[in-house]
Amino acid sequence: MSTTTVTDTNSTTAVAMVNVQINGTWHKFPKGTRMIEACRQVEAQVPHYCYHPKLSSPGNCRMCLVEMGMPPRPAAGTEPEKDAHGFAKIGWSPRPVIACANTVADGMGIRTEGKLSEECRRGVMELLLINHPLDCPICDQAGECRLQEFSVEHGNGESRFREEKVKKPKNVDIGPRIRLDDERCIMCSRCVRFTAEIADDPVLGFTERGSHTTLAVHPGKRLENNYSLNTVDICPVGALTANDFRFQMRVWFLKETKSICTKCGRGCNTEIGSREKEVFRQSPRENNDVNSTWMCDQGRLDFHFVNSEYRLTQPLIKVDGKHFAAAWKEAITKTADALNSAKPEEIAIIASARMTNEELYLVKSLARSLKVDQLDVVPRTGGADNYLRADDLNPNSNGVRTILGIEPGSKLPQIIENIRGGNVKVLLVFGENVMKAGLDAADLQKVNFIAQSHILANSTAEQSHVVLPSSSYAEKRGSMINVTGRLQRLNQAIESPGEAHDTWEILRDLILAATGSNGLHSVDDVFKQLAGEFEIFRGITLRGIGDQGIPILQTNESVPILVREAERKKQGIIVG
Amino acid sequence: MIRFRMDVPGELEAKMDEVITHYPVKRSAVLPLLHLVQQHFRHINDAAVTWVANKLGLEPIQVLEVVTFYPGFRQSAPGKYHIRVCRTLSCAMAGSYELMESLCKTANIDRSHVDHHHPIAVSPDGKYSIEFAECLASCGTGPVCMVEDDFHEAVAPEKAAELLGKYQ
Amino acid sequence: MSVESVQYLPGKQPHARERRLTFRNVDRAGFDPSIECYLRDGGYEQLHKAVTMERQAIINEVKASGLRGRGGAGFPTGVKWGFIPPTNTKPVYLICNADESEPGTFKDRYIMHQDPHQLVEGMVISCFAVKASLAYIYIREEFPEAAKILEKALDEARAKNFLGKNILGSGYDLEIYIHRGAGAYICGEETGLIESLEGKRPYPRIKPPYFPAALGLYMCPTIVNNVESLCHVKHIIAMGGAEYAKLGTPNNTGTRILCVSGDVQRPGYFEVEVGKVTMGEVINDMCGGMKSGRTLKAIIPGGSSAKVLRADEKFKLKDGRELGIMDIPMDFDTMAACGSMAGSGGVIIMDDSRSMSWVLNNLNAFYAHESCGQCTPCREGSLWMKKISDRIVAGNASPSDVDELERLANNIEGRTICAFGEACSWPTQSFVQKFREEMKAGTKSEIEDRIVAGETELAAAGLVG
Repeated sequence: MSTTTVTDTNSTTAVAMVNVQINGTWHKFPKGTRMIEACRQVEAQVPHYCYHPKLSSPGNCRMCLVEMGMPPRPAAGTEPEKDAHGFAKIGWSPRPVIACANTVADGMGIRTEGKLSEECRRGVMELLLINHPLDCPICDQAGECRLQEFSVEHGNGESRFREEKVKKPKNVDIGPRIRLDDERCIMCSRCVRFTAEIADDPVLGFTERGSHTTLAVHPGKRLENNYSLNTVDICPVGALTANDFRFQMRVWFLKETKSICTKCGRGCNTEIGSREKEVFRQSPRENNDVNSTWMCDQGRLDFHFVNSEYRLTQPLIKVDGKHFAAAWKEAITKTADALNSAKPEEIAIIASARMTNEELYLVKSLARSLKVDQLDVVPRTGGADNYLRADDLNPNSNGVRTILGIEPGSKLPQIIENIRGGNVKVLLVFGENVMKAGLDAADLQKVNFIAQSHILANSTAEQSHVVLPSSSYAEKRGSMINVTGRLQRLNQAIESPGEAHDTWEILRDLILAATGSNGLHSVDDVFKQLAGEFEIFRGITLRGIGDQGIPILQTNESVPILVREAERKKQGIIVG
Repeated sequence: MIRFRMDVPGELEAKMDEVITHYPVKRSAVLPLLHLVQQHFRHINDAAVTWVANKLGLEPIQVLEVVTFYPGFRQSAPGKYHIRVCRTLSCAMAGSYELMESLCKTANIDRSHVDHHHPIAVSPDGKYSIEFAECLASCGTGPVCMVEDDFHEAVAPEKAAELLGKYQ
Repeated sequence: MSVESVQYLPGKQPHARERRLTFRNVDRAGFDPSIECYLRDGGYEQLHKAVTMERQAIINEVKASGLRGRGGAGFPTGVKWGFIPPTNTKPVYLICNADESEPGTFKDRYIMHQDPHQLVEGMVISCFAVKASLAYIYIREEFPEAAKILEKALDEARAKNFLGKNILGSGYDLEIYIHRGAGAYICGEETGLIESLEGKRPYPRIKPPYFPAALGLYMCPTIVNNVESLCHVKHIIAMGGAEYAKLGTPNNTGTRILCVSGDVQRPGYFEVEVGKVTMGEVINDMCGGMKSGRTLKAIIPGGSSAKVLRADEKFKLKDGRELGIMDIPMDFDTMAACGSMAGSGGVIIMDDSRSMSWVLNNLNAFYAHESCGQCTPCREGSLWMKKISDRIVAGNASPSDVDELERLANNIEGRTICAFGEACSWPTQSFVQKFREEMKAGTKSEIEDRIVAGETELAAAGLVG
């Protein structure tokens, strides 16, 4: 056996490389690579249903059967016959093997094309469809269904099945957020494995047997853990659908925007599915340094406020105790005037750790030019769940620490006390409802002027003299630093409603009105300034952050789900 | 749905506790525990599934998966005497379908509603229940059947009444 | 062991061509399943001998004996034992596969009922050899009586220190427990059995990586052997591997039990030296021939999964021999060369009164019922084949439905996790190939039109065509 040894760039251990022929061409792969991954790497796609790199491989769907061969053992004293490339000739096995669970070996040949592999796929496709309801026109999965996809590529085009189909339960309520259609289920067991292996909540299982095998929950038990909707993502067919998304929109009309979740400090990488001005769904996007391929239901479903009827859509100014719609210029000017009329020590700014780095930087610029020292954000903690959720429920506390230079919440009690004591004349609030942060209406009555920038009409807005409607996370571009110190980027999926402005623009205008020009034209410019000022961002551009983020801070946070994933990967249970 | 209360007598639970010691991993005791439940209660209902799951520290679905897989576990009450007639080739060649028909006729059992999910038919008086079983591994002496745990070989269809007569 | 002439019950005298080893005490006059009776007959002497032997020496004897597993696959038992990784530090388990459920096979039942201590002794020796200190007898639920008899036998063996702590002063500890199945053919597949014993649905595991000898029960090395195989181990220790290997024929050594059922005068079980009797001798001499006025039509030679042989077939072997069905010696290799398998030793004889469509339909119903449902081809295909053959039997099929059956079986064979894929497709493939005309004779070509209509419907649904 000829094996060469190279050093894995990620570790000091040497990984043996093996020669593998795929569809006639020889390649080198690290020993232990699954056949399916080797094929993927050289763009020989192997269709599959049950295989998922983050889950154990039961090898049950049989869709990834491929033709495989090894050099036959030469007779004693003879040299193996060589091919044109000097490799031993391959003896092809008449029996196909699954590419998902088998690993490559030196001298191995794989054919993902050709009669045997193609016949296997056609056979499996036909058998998967005979008892399937073929209800694609009303199926939510249509358009992103593996059955459809592979039918086009590997289907028979005809079926002689004319028996009665097996009847199974339909529209089964298996949990608060998910519905099950058992007739669509192809028994790949991905969801069963996810609940058992990742979510530690093995409430899903198969009942009955043979062709009658049925995915089920036990009566009286529910699939309701906070990660349940991941089963909908990994379901390759329309068996599991999300109540939240069912019948809402055909998937082919959705625009997918890569972004991050802002529900906690983890910053799970996401894709926002939107059409025109509406967000329809949010799903996890793979990032093996952040969230693997998962996200929690809480974070995933926390987007409806974006489409809320309580969105603030135009600037408001209070006249005689009543809010009236105003022009942006008027609202900004009024706020700037209020700021300029007060002494620095009479001004307080309550910002938010939900703001982007760019927004925080502009808040800092504003405070700096006004010489305001009373500046803090509202901390939120208590979210940790031993999976993905971080204890820190704010998405950008590390941005606050880095840019504002303060520990979130460290100054807030003093600011609140000063407000209560009537020592704050002008209060600026960004992205927070201070009525939920320890202040009440009576406290706010003591402040001469309150301006709030927010996206929703809330009780602070009601108390504010100027209300500045801003943009939600789905409507803006910007960066945040998650709890593990990773700089990540939000991208704009939809336009803000009405006249709502991007928060950075509001801040820019305010700074301009209060202190003079700052020459910023885009949020990228803001980041450029930020990077010029803070060593940690040096050399990075907002664009350069990319879709996977950049680690910029050392923190002691580890991600429980990733720790366990690494362990399973080490044991060879998963590909990872 | 009427559910019986799951009153597990101390003696039965003691047997279960003993069986659990046979295995290094508790989950292995699922089958033996279900057998003990079925022997005592005659069938295994939802309450029993949950009870066994709790006993072994499992999710109820993990027990239900097993109960529904094996035809040896009954999810509905059988008759006082449960009959299993071998259906598979050698017995069928020796007349097991005729034996089934004859037994049903004798016990007044209607099998017309039997399907994959409901394999058992019960006589109106509740005295007998019957189902086909796959190969009972006595192919040389077919047709064979089991009445409860008793095994009967070479049961000619015309002997059905005689056989049932032994179980009153 | 004494070679005194053994008396058998009236009418149960073994045939002169038999060589009773594991069935020596089956139907034996004056023999009962108690340990006292077994000990009077020289029982547990081989265990006494074995515990003084080196473990590797026992394994070597079993290897030398050439014993091939009697459960169906015919894999060499000693070689299987040798697959336990030499560097293993985990517990080793041994499981006796007493899930006898291959249609046509009825041998283990008699050993367990009538001679349970032979199994226990064979098991203890085997456990000692592979260093297992915990073992299970996985017995099918439909054998309640056998389970009780074995429980009693284990208690008796325990009381005599053939089991338990420090067996016969050897320092070796072993416990054996009975584990009852619940009616699933798939539990005869060793990795399905292991999953079942772990309290899960008996879904067979993928191999690689889950070869039981390395990653078996609780992911520990596990040896799974059939009842009959384990009983042979006792006799191999008694005779020595080399001597045992003289029984039978080369590469098909020892004795095995043939279970004959179906349309013969006297169905029954016969323990013969492997390959020393032919099919014709089994049918005509041992079973008294076909029923009067009937002629042989077909034989399933090794349990229902084995491919059917047609009475008038001629088998050309590589060595130049041409055999008729009656000439086939009952061994693993020749049966394989004839395109079928010796399997579990279950021989099902069918005469000219049998409809082959009806027979195949019966088997298809069995496999559709027993498919575990894990792999797509077998789960969906087994029931589809049953449904088609239902229609053929009901006279509601077209001639092309018969061909369709074969096409379907070809889509299952070799494409599943376990050998059930073959088990369920081989009957269909062989019955259709060998009795195509007969099967088509019962179909109606006018039904063909309806198939076209069916396709049109599917096309209308937007999925095909």
